[in-house]
Amino acid sequence: MAITAVVNERTVVWRDPKRYLWLVGTGIPLIPFIAFGAAVGLHWRVMWYFGPFFVFVMVPVIDLLAGLDRSNPPDEVIDALENDKYYRWITYAFIPLQYLAFGLVAYLLGGGSIFGSGQLTVVDKIGAALGIGMVGGIAINTAHELGHKKDEHERWFARIALAQTFYGHFFIEHNRGHHVRVATPEDPASSRVGENVWQFMPRTVIGSLKSAWHLEKARFARLNKSPWTLKNDVLNAWAFSVVLWGGLIAAFGWAILPYLVLQAAVGIWLLESVNYLEHYGMKRRKLESGRYERVNTSHSWNSNNIGTNVLLYHLQRHSDHHANPTRRYQALRDFKDSPVLPTGYAGMIVLTWVPAIWRHVMDKRVLAHYEGDISQANLAPSKRDKLIAEYAA
Amino acid sequence: MSKFVCPNCEYIYDEESGAPREGWPAGTKFADIDPDWCCPDCGVREQQDFEPLPA
Repeated sequence: MAITAVVNERTVVWRDPKRYLWLVGTGIPLIPFIAFGAAVGLHWRVMWYFGPFFVFVMVPVIDLLAGLDRSNPPDEVIDALENDKYYRWITYAFIPLQYLAFGLVAYLLGGGSIFGSGQLTVVDKIGAALGIGMVGGIAINTAHELGHKKDEHERWFARIALAQTFYGHFFIEHNRGHHVRVATPEDPASSRVGENVWQFMPRTVIGSLKSAWHLEKARFARLNKSPWTLKNDVLNAWAFSVVLWGGLIAAFGWAILPYLVLQAAVGIWLLESVNYLEHYGMKRRKLESGRYERVNTSHSWNSNNIGTNVLLYHLQRHSDHHANPTRRYQALRDFKDSPVLPTGYAGMIVLTWVPAIWRHVMDKRVLAHYEGDISQANLAPSKRDKLIAEYAA
Repeated sequence: MSKFVCPNCEYIYDEESGAPREGWPAGTKFADIDPDWCCPDCGVREQQDFEPLPA
């Protein structure tokens, strides 16, 4: 279907090559159903581990094979493209599928049997929890797309999508904290050169939680009210998780709780791994006024690998997203001058697991980005002197 | 009573209605708002970046 826009009496017609590919992202919650079908129907029990296999093996391979997509919509059609409701509806459709999958997995974890699945072993259950955790992590990306929008109902959909991973405070901290302080040493969710992903994890998880709470506390202080109310967006977002998890525990028993915790941890870890690689080493300059320069296209790592891009609603066109946070995913553009990762986010996550490989691949790219002056990058304070000495021309 | 617009996302602050959810009751003068208060929609522009809207 073509998008048509009339600008200055000139008609521009454009066909979106990714229009139907976006449905792949909506289909992510089918992962547990595929795992279930293969494990139960084909008696191929290793398929309980299909989720991590899909995200960390299949998607990186698809990225390497399918290559890059640099196509941008022409400026004239951006408004029409954003207003085409098809695109937002397929992000909404993710959420019922997500909870259908979550319900199925919770039922199986609680010892339920369906279509002759029988009892899952502990090994099966761990695989199923990892799989639904992948869905939960990618659901944070769906929530991210929705939480940035101006429509109130989309912001509520974001809270619902975050309930699975108990990460409801993300949509406060991300929009009002991370976006404000991105690529500065003050942002817990912007990683530093010399900081490995395992050091970054506790800093971002704890720092983001504190920041979300402080943001809401400050808002209620302006209102002269206590933050201990369900009008507090951190608390009302968590309330969704309390109801959801409480309902599932009531239905399927306390035995599922460790698996609920495991899948939430996996989902959060997936999301924070993406945070780690999105701004690694990037730093905004401080101006004489004491403010940081505005976020521009040079402050985020991008990727045009089409596999991960259709899976994550153009999240990898991250520079445009930070410059224009309310812009809808289908309209995000690639900028030629923004820093580019060697492969898609999924493959890059795999590299984070071995910090030596990550730094071998990435540090030289940060150095090149700052034209050989590593002191301009966001550096881990404990390694600052060592890094500057190491990279001094 | 004046209106001010976020140059990034076109969010409008109207002094008459204020932004009660943000802690700025109806009638709050734009000049009385914290200069570091960020746009509630896009988050990437602050009070001091907003532009007055012609009446």
